[in-house]
Amino acid sequence: MAQIESQDQGGKKGGKKRAKKHSTGIDMTPMVDLMCLLITFFMLTTAFAKPKVMVITMPEKDKNQDQKEQPKISKERTLNILLSGNDEVYYYKGLVAPGSPMPQLIKSDFSKDGIRKMLLDRNRDLFTKITEYRDKRLTGEIIVADTTYDETVKQMKLDDKKGPIVLIKADTSAMYRDIVNIIDEMAICDIASYAVVDIGQVEDMMIQAYRAGTQLTEYPKIQVKEK
Amino acid sequence: MPKIKPPVKTPRIDMTPMVDLFSLLLIFFVLTASFRPQEVAKIDSPASISEKQAPDFNLMTIFISQDGKVFFNIDNGRDTSTHFRAQILKKMAERYNLTFTETEYDLFGRLSAFGMPLKDLKQWIDVKESKERDKMQVGMPMDSTDNQLGYWILYSRIVNPQAEVAIKGDGETNYMLVKKVMDLLQENKVNKFNLITNMQKEEIGMKDLPPEK
Repeated sequence: MAQIESQDQGGKKGGKKRAKKHSTGIDMTPMVDLMCLLITFFMLTTAFAKPKVMVITMPEKDKNQDQKEQPKISKERTLNILLSGNDEVYYYKGLVAPGSPMPQLIKSDFSKDGIRKMLLDRNRDLFTKITEYRDKRLTGEIIVADTTYDETVKQMKLDDKKGPIVLIKADTSAMYRDIVNIIDEMAICDIASYAVVDIGQVEDMMIQAYRAGTQLTEYPKIQVKEK
Repeated sequence: MPKIKPPVKTPRIDMTPMVDLFSLLLIFFVLTASFRPQEVAKIDSPASISEKQAPDFNLMTIFISQDGKVFFNIDNGRDTSTHFRAQILKKMAERYNLTFTETEYDLFGRLSAFGMPLKDLKQWIDVKESKERDKMQVGMPMDSTDNQLGYWILYSRIVNPQAEVAIKGDGETNYMLVKKVMDLLQENKVNKFNLITNMQKEEIGMKDLPPEK
């Protein structure tokens, strides 16, 4: 150890007996040992990083309101994303309605070239606008506070009139992970408006038809594109 | 010629600065420590790019494990003297005609997440060993015959209306179960959810934009 008492040496030879000299130093080693242990303990038990959360607001459950709001969604901008088991993602444009022709169901995936590419392509204007603003801020071209930045991005999203309105629908076999992934994809692609809604029966049938490789089902005539 | 022995010197290191440093570190850790809450079940939450932090207090957390068990947790609020947990339990006990002693209310206030039928909660509070306690976490009943989770949410909303809701679900859980929990929350006028995720950075820029057709 750091300090070893060495008074034994030469003590017996001398004729004269001297009073032993006591060193005034205190052996700090056990104290250091103890502190090491305590520090290790605290380091291991401390939760430094607080959990991160993703905020999602669900549409309020009010049946009367639903009916009022539905006509507001423009058909051209609507994009439906269907989630199913085994991380399957499908999407189609527009709406399924009894009178109108059936939209085509397309299969995609969570890879970079999958759903993200499609979303970016459709959200081109808003994404370019936000990314340019973000890049300018990163390079120091413009200096804005965090709050101002968030406000501006929010306003950009509100002003957006071209980007898709995404309706996310998960069927009974979808995993929680899929929902989180797709909402995350919305955040990555700066999609202005999206909502998680219930899947319709017709959409379930569309997925089933796609899986079977068939073209048609009974009521809604579903066109299935073969890959 | 006799050999001259050089006196044996013991090396000595001055430990004082080391102790000083360690003291400082120790004080730092003691003061900043917010203990990692005990995990009720192994939950592997999915990843997202979100950097928003969960609030420290006024947080109602619902855990959903991979095997479909649901656990519930709520904190005592910013000020521990408010005793939100004890108040909620009192309301629950009233509803189910059960009685808890004052010590049990007090003890419950200091515990964390739980998931078992209310009739087993008393036993769970009284058990001393944490291992025994873990064994009793069988999941909160939430079916239509005995919707205890619904009541827990309801009374938590009444006792602490400011509480935000966080959902910590395992990525492998079926979405329908998560949806069931969300529906239950929406029935209690909660429309904003904080989904607890692991942060994963995702770089995206103009280069990722596909060329215009």
